[in-house]
Amino acid sequence: MLSKRIIACLDVRDGHVVKGVNFEGLRTAGDPAALARRYNDEGIDELVILDVTATLEGRRAMAETIRAVARELFIPLTVGGGIRTEDDAATAFDAGADKVSLNTAALERPALITALARRYGSQAVIVAIDAKRPAHAMAGRDEERFLVYSRSGQAGTGRDATEWARDAEAHGAGEVLLTSIDRDGTKAGFDEVMTAAVSAAVSIPVIASGGAGGFDHFVDVFTAGRADAALAASIFHYAETSVRSLKQYLRQRGIPVRL
Amino acid sequence: MIALIDYGAGNLTSVRKAFAAIGADVLVPSDPADLEQATAIVVPGVGNFEATRALQGAWTEAIVARLGEGRPILGICLGMQWLFEGSEEAPDLPGLGLLGGSCIRLPSAGVKIPHVGWNSLNLRLETSIVDGVPQDTQMYFTHSYAAPVTGDTVAVTVHGEPFAAVVQRGQVAGVQFHPEKSGEAGLRILRNFVQLAG
Repeated sequence: MLSKRIIACLDVRDGHVVKGVNFEGLRTAGDPAALARRYNDEGIDELVILDVTATLEGRRAMAETIRAVARELFIPLTVGGGIRTEDDAATAFDAGADKVSLNTAALERPALITALARRYGSQAVIVAIDAKRPAHAMAGRDEERFLVYSRSGQAGTGRDATEWARDAEAHGAGEVLLTSIDRDGTKAGFDEVMTAAVSAAVSIPVIASGGAGGFDHFVDVFTAGRADAALAASIFHYAETSVRSLKQYLRQRGIPVRL
Repeated sequence: MIALIDYGAGNLTSVRKAFAAIGADVLVPSDPADLEQATAIVVPGVGNFEATRALQGAWTEAIVARLGEGRPILGICLGMQWLFEGSEEAPDLPGLGLLGGSCIRLPSAGVKIPHVGWNSLNLRLETSIVDGVPQDTQMYFTHSYAAPVTGDTVAVTVHGEPFAAVVQRGQVAGVQFHPEKSGEAGLRILRNFVQLAG
């Protein structure tokens, strides 16, 4: 039976992990390769490196970071953040990424999804969708509306998340990484209603993100939310919980995981 | 020296890196003639069966010649499917035909296609390619088409329907999952293949 995947995310700036580097006994705090190793030992199923660098120098450091992480990691590695062209993607793949995650660039130029899927295969192209519920949702009308934002959640696009997910799949995306802007950083749980709506709209896997705060949040997003995978950052970084104990909890509740 | 065939189907970095990690010498020949030095052949690949068109002709001849000398071959993902007679993904294109049967699209009833993620192996045969790999080991898959379960099937995986996850017939081996992305268990498969090369 196909396992539900637990994915960890590292936000990296200028070669350093910028948030949540609180692993006990980790001498090289902030070193992405050391953190990746630690996650790997704990049984994480995949790793995402998110480039939050704004400068050109930082971008160059990113390829080095990917290389350092990929050298010792033999699980799928996704690189996202700032991939806007085929050349950006090629740099990430050459450095050892298995998948790239596209966000704003895919919204502005969906042909980029197709071009990358042709060259590297659909399995290598994730479309990241940041979405939230309308600010003044009206009962009976807006429960199932989720609006897509671009530029790190700053710019409204007027597009509906389920419609964009379907469109991204048609353009060749292999997976959708769906982040709830409302829930991100709140630890209030994933938006399982939104996740279920997007998951039902596409046939490709959906990775839920934003809001993980406790074990039951993962149970909810894998059952009611119909997610194929769940991504979290700080819940693991701060060693509030280990990946292994989360997976044991999920297995006890009948959710298939890799242990 | 293990020859990794680059026919333009996806990115070879990960496979190369994984063999390097287990201390195996890997070369990516640019010309079929360079296969003469190969002690073993790996055909990786992701994407559409159509991509194997690039393997027809000179590459196929050079690969068949090495196999005739007893060199082992490992097909990974699309590379494994190519070892069969063909695939309904590109019906006009023959596979290498070393293994009987044709690849089909995974049925989508009740499950998502592509099949992406970690799934378990149900080992049916004890062959050298799965030496030391425990029953129910999980490997990382990403594919929409798969090979049928036949007498050469070493391990079966179920996604909606059962399909061949590992095959072996003598020096010919194939895995539908990505051993280069399946952690320690995946590296074990690659080590077993290197052993096969002697």
